[in-house]
Amino acid sequence: MLTQRQVRLAWLLVLPTLLVVVLVAGYPLAQVFYWSFFKADIAFVEPPVFVGLENYRFLLQDPDFRQSLWNTLKFTVISVGLETLLGLAIALVIHSNFRGRGLVRTAILIPWAIPTVVSAKMWQWMLHDVYGVINVIGVKLGLLSQKVAFLARPELILPSIIAVDVWKTTPFMALLLLAGLQLIPEELYEAASIDGATRWQQFWTITLPLLTPALVVALIFRTLDALRVFDVIFVMSGANPATRSLAIYNRQTLIDFQDLGYGSAISVAILALIFVFVILYMRTIGKEALK
Amino acid sequence: MRRREFLKKAGVGLAASLVLGPAVVRAQAGPVIRVAGDSTAVGEGGRWMKEMVEAWGKKTGTRVEYIDSPADTNDRLALYQQYWAAKSPDVDVYMIDVIWPGIVAPHALDLKGYFSEAELKEFFPRIVQNNTIRGKLTSIPFFTDAGILYYRTDLLQKYGYKSPPRTWAELEQMAQKVMEGERRAGNRDFFGFVFQGKPYEGLTCDALEWIYSHKGGRIIEPDGTISVNNGRAALALNTVRRYVGTIAPQGVTSYAEEEARNVWQQGNALFMRNWPYAYALGQAEGSPIRGKFAVTVLPKAPPTPPTPPPWRLAAYGLRLQPLPQGGRGLGQVPGLLRGAEGQRRAPFPASHPARPLHRPGRFGQKPLVP
Repeated sequence: MLTQRQVRLAWLLVLPTLLVVVLVAGYPLAQVFYWSFFKADIAFVEPPVFVGLENYRFLLQDPDFRQSLWNTLKFTVISVGLETLLGLAIALVIHSNFRGRGLVRTAILIPWAIPTVVSAKMWQWMLHDVYGVINVIGVKLGLLSQKVAFLARPELILPSIIAVDVWKTTPFMALLLLAGLQLIPEELYEAASIDGATRWQQFWTITLPLLTPALVVALIFRTLDALRVFDVIFVMSGANPATRSLAIYNRQTLIDFQDLGYGSAISVAILALIFVFVILYMRTIGKEALK
Repeated sequence: MRRREFLKKAGVGLAASLVLGPAVVRAQAGPVIRVAGDSTAVGEGGRWMKEMVEAWGKKTGTRVEYIDSPADTNDRLALYQQYWAAKSPDVDVYMIDVIWPGIVAPHALDLKGYFSEAELKEFFPRIVQNNTIRGKLTSIPFFTDAGILYYRTDLLQKYGYKSPPRTWAELEQMAQKVMEGERRAGNRDFFGFVFQGKPYEGLTCDALEWIYSHKGGRIIEPDGTISVNNGRAALALNTVRRYVGTIAPQGVTSYAEEEARNVWQQGNALFMRNWPYAYALGQAEGSPIRGKFAVTVLPKAPPTPPTPPPWRLAAYGLRLQPLPQGGRGLGQVPGLLRGAEGQRRAPFPASHPARPLHRPGRFGQKPLVP
């Protein structure tokens, strides 16, 4: 049992951290909630008007919001899914012993090390429909019958952007999973081999269950990032409605349209969405894994 | 060992800059005038403006700093709006777009007091009027800009055309014929027409030109009525929609001005709609289309009686950031604004000055538009 003194000391020790959290996270968050109940325009110096839930009512019937939500969900599910599968495969490969492993482990991190804005711009040029290198090579090799407008055909823009995100983020996933793999004791595999378990059985009964904590952490990280995606989409296709994510729509509302009230309501909606995902993860796979 | 040496050197470098920085500041007394201008990433405008501002600083003994800006003008506006909303004193002079004065007005200094009536009369009255919001002169005209049609003189001649297209229908026919011919001759990447199709401010300019030239109004009329929902506007937009994937590349809906210019300047397009900045770049040393193109007014829609050219006259102005009482003295800044427009002419044969007196034709240069 903790004595009262110990409890007081504990609170004292945690207090600075709590204060910082309240200041840098709590206060701005409260502001966003506050403004979401107002009709407030940054461009004109008019006093804000309290409108209650009007912004939220509009949100529910706003087709642009719905489209952005749908884009964000598609982007999140597909990109995180692919990144997890590819990341796991890569982690398993670079976990095994082979010559030049150090070099490969370093090389694999290059896409992650390039700032997203730079790599997105690079890919935008490479995917250009007339002078892009991907089209030039694709046509020369006969893979494409003619040059493709990857970033203009509505059905291709989102897949192209997802491909770029997968290219960039898979190394991060692989790294997190590699760390998880290295925590699994070698003896378990030795014992399993002696008992005659195949590699496949070992993977399903040893690797995967013991990797779950790392996997959950990696999934939560990536999902939360993907739900707030902004840079890669904004650089590659701007505010194009076919790919506009919630964060881009939020910025457009807040900054381009200077609508502080509605923009704040969208921010709150993004927060709620992320919250839903966190709860889902915690309730399902996270429950045992994070114990 | 090497790492430690490196750290030592880096440490020395940091310390030195901390000491040196303020020393440099002290050596040159007086306020720093910060000018946020054109982007140095699009054409020559930004680089030139930076040099102009720095030259002015040297001449007048003012400390200046040039602040670069995003390439897309709507990103620029978004950035500046944050400065303005926060009443930031970090920038003193902004280059603004012709459509911004209404947004800028609550934050701008009234420049009326710094310029005489006679001085203001030298500019195109429409631009001064545009820049005046509820009696407040928000900015001083800097240069004008307008959408123009670039065309390949060599190719029109090769395919037997004597003059550039006057109507959109002519443009489409010519583009189709030349594109088919050039593709048969081996250039599979050749297109008839490129323009700004990305969802951004540039597309709004282009669309306004298409709609206006089809007599479909101006989207919002001067009296405030929204007129865009009409048959002629729909005709204009459907016409251009047909271009995408036929005479224009499919990717045109992802092009801002630079993506369009890159296709054009590689010699892969017969026509391009763009602003005058692309002229100097196309005629520069090493450009594949140097000496092979000219410019004209944008086409009109047949069969209409002669209409004024469908120009959306864009103008850039310079505005001053109001300073808090007792703030840094503005001193010479109106002088910068006063001289800027005149200086802009020289390096840009294709840039339109904001004073009618300075139209290129009068200076013995070849007029831009016949």
